[in-house]
Amino acid sequence: MTVPNKPAFVRTEILPAKAPPVRATGITLWVRKNLLSSWLNVILTSLVLYALIRITYGLWPWLANGVWEADSLAHCREILAASGLGPTDGACFAVINDRWHQLLFGFYPSELYWRPILAMILFLGGLAPILFFSLPRSLLTFSCLAPFACFWLLWGGSAWVPLAAIGGLVIAGLAIRVLSKWLSSTLAVCGGIAIGLIFYLIGFSSFVSFAEGIFPLSIQQVASREFGGFMLAATIGLSAIVLSLPLGILLALARQSDLPLIKWCAIVFIEVVRGVPLIVWLFTAQLLLNYFLPPGTSFDLTLRVIIMVTLFAAAYIAEVIRGGLAALPKGQYEGADSLGLSYWQATRMIILPQALKISIPAIVNEFIGLFKDTTLVVFIGLLDPIGVARAIQATPEWNGIYWELFTFIGLLFFVVCYAMARYSLHLENKLRRGHN
Amino acid sequence: MSAETQSSAPKFRIGQLIYDTRYRAKTIQVIAGFIILSSIWWLGANIAGNLSALGKDFNLAFLSNPAGYDINQKLIEYDSKMSHGRAALVGIMNTLLVSVLGCIAATFIGVFVGVLRLSDNWVINRLAAVYVEAFRSVPLLLWIVFIFAILSEALPQPRDFRGEDATASMQLFDSVAITARGAYVPRVAFTNSISGNEVVAVKDGIVEVASGGADWALIFAALLMGSTTAYWLKRRADRMQSQTGQRPLTLPLQIMVVVVPTALILWFLGATMVQPYLKGFNFAEGTFIRKSLLALWLALSLYTGAFIAEIVRGGIMSVDNGQREAALALGLRPDKVMRLIILPQAMRVIIPPLISNYLSLAKNSSLALAVGYMDVRATLGGITINQTGRELEAMLLLGLFYLVLSLLIASVINFYDRSKQIQER
Repeated sequence: MTVPNKPAFVRTEILPAKAPPVRATGITLWVRKNLLSSWLNVILTSLVLYALIRITYGLWPWLANGVWEADSLAHCREILAASGLGPTDGACFAVINDRWHQLLFGFYPSELYWRPILAMILFLGGLAPILFFSLPRSLLTFSCLAPFACFWLLWGGSAWVPLAAIGGLVIAGLAIRVLSKWLSSTLAVCGGIAIGLIFYLIGFSSFVSFAEGIFPLSIQQVASREFGGFMLAATIGLSAIVLSLPLGILLALARQSDLPLIKWCAIVFIEVVRGVPLIVWLFTAQLLLNYFLPPGTSFDLTLRVIIMVTLFAAAYIAEVIRGGLAALPKGQYEGADSLGLSYWQATRMIILPQALKISIPAIVNEFIGLFKDTTLVVFIGLLDPIGVARAIQATPEWNGIYWELFTFIGLLFFVVCYAMARYSLHLENKLRRGHN
Repeated sequence: MSAETQSSAPKFRIGQLIYDTRYRAKTIQVIAGFIILSSIWWLGANIAGNLSALGKDFNLAFLSNPAGYDINQKLIEYDSKMSHGRAALVGIMNTLLVSVLGCIAATFIGVFVGVLRLSDNWVINRLAAVYVEAFRSVPLLLWIVFIFAILSEALPQPRDFRGEDATASMQLFDSVAITARGAYVPRVAFTNSISGNEVVAVKDGIVEVASGGADWALIFAALLMGSTTAYWLKRRADRMQSQTGQRPLTLPLQIMVVVVPTALILWFLGATMVQPYLKGFNFAEGTFIRKSLLALWLALSLYTGAFIAEIVRGGIMSVDNGQREAALALGLRPDKVMRLIILPQAMRVIIPPLISNYLSLAKNSSLALAVGYMDVRATLGGITINQTGRELEAMLLLGLFYLVLSLLIASVINFYDRSKQIQER
């Protein structure tokens, strides 16, 4: 007889978990959850997939039959005809193969291509410590010097010009430091700026010619009208953003100022500039700038455009930085005041470092917009990528080419702007998480 | 020490202008004012000097001189004998037309894509993301040029509609013809117009039909009155619901007050649809929407739509998930949760950047230059300058127009912000 209470079998170890059913794992689960979760989704997914397949089916032959090696559009079509295809059955990417250097560099002398490339590398190197906070802060000195080197590499001429420009800034900085021992900080800043200006107005050209006489440091000069393509877009965009930052900071501070006159001047400037489209400002630079300058002065159109775009960008940057200033907790301002810091000390050491840091993502977004807007210079006759494309279309060899050029330009813009947008998003998330 | 300085009459010293905070603000402003005034004076002197060197003066009288050029799209009456001012007005109307059309289309596209972007369907979600990124990362000018080229290349010429073996055909029951020159859509005409009659040829012989501003004003007035009454009905229903808990019959009444008077007026005016038809090598009658307008409109709305989609997505995501959960816990149905809980809160985040996107759309419409659309920059800031040589005056007026437009839109944003601000402390 068995003991009635005792069960016949007792499991002493836990069973291993059964594998989940096929429909609840891996790719099947993913498809069910993300593509076919409801009848509506099933219909939508199939419609979209059908449309995508149709588009791919339509475009694929054009891309796959593309001709990459040819001298002209006619040659391209001959090659296509030789393989039994009509003139529009295949793309003619040979135009990009043939003219990529013009799309990238415009009419910059081809033996000097290393200069814009090196300038770009230097600029990116200078940008790195600003964009990535983990790099050592001492690299910021390099960031300050990089724009001068880029200027020299792009336009050429005497290296003493950018060196003298740096010298002027150093003189102004030293003057501020020395003067602030005796004067209030506002007066010291004004004095320093005045001394710097005096150097630029009086001593600059004589210093350059003097130094050039003792120790010549010249490379071949390149006129701005030879700039073109993406290099021109990058030159205008990057110089405008670099030059507009200090101006934008000053405007933002002025707009937040307690002094009504200064505040209202800043507001009027910012609103007028932002209220009128860039294209109108560019036409102003082309048609009207000569009216505003003393009779007889005239200078390079590229330079005029850079000045105009800088002023334009400064107004937008000022609004972005104003947002950063407004986002700072009030305690930061009050803390700085209670430490007895003067306005400029507080701004320089407490307010701006924090405000600028939280504005970087928005500044990057402004820059994306600005870089895209540089395409508008084609309307006043500069050879930006679209202008170069039109010039290429006007040549006898490539007359009638269209989609290939614009696809190429669009793709390049997309890659650059998309990368920047991703960076800005990444930074935004990082700043939101931590307080570092 | 302090007692001593207080008792003796304070003597003003020149240094106080800088070191005493009571005077320093004034000193700085006086200096700044001096600098600003002298730079304005410098600019003014330069302008005066340059103008006299060129033998010109500053004079707006050119606005009343005959323009002498034609404009291919006009919303108000215009011919080349009319003045430059009138031409500028035609340009302004064209700018406003494409801006308003663009804002409407961009809002629809943006809201639609923004909601798709939040879809749990992966393919839809990705597709929306690709659209948004593609349009945000490529310059608008490139899109305008590209879309214009697609319209020119892909659409049939009017002659393709001809003959027995026509390669193209009209859409929507033969009422709309989309050609490489532009789109021909039906227009409304009135047989019983109150603003005079205009002879118009329609397909089956000659029929007397006309349309005038007065007719449209009448219809618009009826619509306006209808919607005001409908709004009043809603307010009344809301009031009664909050007092008694019973909501009176509203929607059918609202539809009635809007539709019935408008329909009556349309019937009274004898509104008929005039369809475009093929005449010779081109289409006649109907309303002709030029390819330039079509391309600009499409590009502007697709480009701005991508930005609006991100705003809509961000706005909906900004509403705390707890709000949704709480609403569901209260027993509200999902559509009501969206309509009563999520959207009103999301709107506060969405509306201000939405309006500022409208503003940038209006400013971007100046890229009309790329497709030859006759906006205000093309008339006042283009041909008028070339014909009169008055670039200073014309550019100033052009800038002023855009400035007034943006200040108007900006004040709408400010008004909205102030009215919808969360009341804190």
